[in-house]
Amino acid sequence: MSFNDLDTLYRQVIMDHYKHPRNRGKLEEDALVVDMNNPTCGDRIQLQIQVEDGKVKDAKFEGEGCSISMSSASMMTQAIKGKSVEDALRMSQLFSDMMLGKEIDPGSLEMGDVEALQGVAKFPARIKCATLAWKAMEQGVEKN
Amino acid sequence: MDARSIREQFPILHQEVNGHPLVYLDSSATSHKPIKVLEAVDAYYRNDNSNVHRGVHTLGTRATDKYEGAREKVQRFINARSTKEVIFTRGTTTAINTVAHSYARANLEPGDEVIITPMEHHSNIIPWQQAVKATGATLKYFELNEDGTLNMEDVKKSIGPQTKIVALTHISNVLGTINPIKEIVELAHRQNAVVLVDGAQGAPHVKVDVQDIDCDFYCFSGHKMCGPTGIGVLYGKQELLENMEPVEFGGEMIDFVHLYDSTWKELPWKFEGGTPIIAGAIGLGAAIDFLTEIGMDKIEAHDQKLTAYAMERMSEIEGLTIYGPSKDKRSAVVTFNIDGVHPHDTATALDTEGIAVRAGHHCAQPLMRWLDVTATARASMYVYNTEDDIDKLVSGLAKTKEFFGNVF
Repeated sequence: MSFNDLDTLYRQVIMDHYKHPRNRGKLEEDALVVDMNNPTCGDRIQLQIQVEDGKVKDAKFEGEGCSISMSSASMMTQAIKGKSVEDALRMSQLFSDMMLGKEIDPGSLEMGDVEALQGVAKFPARIKCATLAWKAMEQGVEKN
Repeated sequence: MDARSIREQFPILHQEVNGHPLVYLDSSATSHKPIKVLEAVDAYYRNDNSNVHRGVHTLGTRATDKYEGAREKVQRFINARSTKEVIFTRGTTTAINTVAHSYARANLEPGDEVIITPMEHHSNIIPWQQAVKATGATLKYFELNEDGTLNMEDVKKSIGPQTKIVALTHISNVLGTINPIKEIVELAHRQNAVVLVDGAQGAPHVKVDVQDIDCDFYCFSGHKMCGPTGIGVLYGKQELLENMEPVEFGGEMIDFVHLYDSTWKELPWKFEGGTPIIAGAIGLGAAIDFLTEIGMDKIEAHDQKLTAYAMERMSEIEGLTIYGPSKDKRSAVVTFNIDGVHPHDTATALDTEGIAVRAGHHCAQPLMRWLDVTATARASMYVYNTEDDIDKLVSGLAKTKEFFGNVF
């Protein structure tokens, strides 16, 4: 491995989400709030989701962490907005599979930028960074 | 001290990681083990494996002799008065918890104070939080100076008649700060408070003489000083340990067991319930032999020199912040961040070059808040590290900065 391999992890689109996070902030209306952290490294996220009629109407996040955890949160909120809760959970499962290095078939689900995180699978120590936001989302909709 | 011949004795260092020779700079998390230690543990299991203090048979005697022989090595290593003052534990955490459970709960009452510092590892914070909750006592913190050293004026002001326990680290695992523990022990003793020293980073790096320091408890781990994981030491003054109740009950620690009551063995065994960590203790004994043969004064000098070199080279990198005191007040730890790069990303980038550093909160979340950061990267050095390791780190850091500078 060398710094060239870093490009497979830190793809341009990931760095773009890290530097210009989408959906960062707080929802003004009543929302489900989930606080989650990664106690081994200190990454921390607060996710807010608004679910209406079984659909994710809006999602925003705040937090602190590395480029992988924060870009993943940005991509995740972007991906689940407008999706049914069921689809959001299916995407989360697909994401977990992707982190295990499995070939995934999103079918009709539009994963969008999320697929850029595929390279994380090659860096096992960083998988938990990438999955933090998705775990928070799962916990949020399960609370609903 | 010839670092090259020392490196020869550490098989793990002679490997490639991600296509590069391993540069291991995470010894504050755990140190590597020399052949001497690996062989001592192996020989015990191959030749002498048996339970201690029970068997009449020959293997039982051999195992007991080796286990108790390791205790004598520890006693000499820290200059304890007797082996009765050396209790084997699972590590520093268990040692501190033993005191916080036994001594603290029996001696604290509402109005009493336990004072610790903001630079403690979680294992020297949470046991005291729990102890004061259980007893109604109060937990307080000494203040730090801006450079991450203890504010001694505040220490003098804070310790009073209400202070019952002072617990602090000998050397900070994040800032590398070497605390003036002898002076603090003196201040605490004037008010009849006992002092527990977390020596997890102290024992591996500097000569420890518990009689000279005069601390009441000194706790450390084997695995950070070239020994195996799963073994540590609680040193305590005999008169304090005599009056403390054990926290673990079972085999090994009893004198007589009656139907409704029991009595305990004498020190140190009353604190060693269950089959002890025999191989771990023997491995720790071998690690102490290894360190003693080199000489703790030489190790300390090597660490200081390397740390000074690392701080000098790392400060050449623009946008790199080093946390903690100046080089003469610190041990072999350099905690840092590169502007605009999260420490996890730094650590991942360095790992692709075979360089192992730690990233995160280093089990010191209150200290991270004091530093006003969420996480940091940390390079920590030990007896087998060389200036060449530091040069590789510095070139890796320069590349890291460039890489993340370009992707942004």
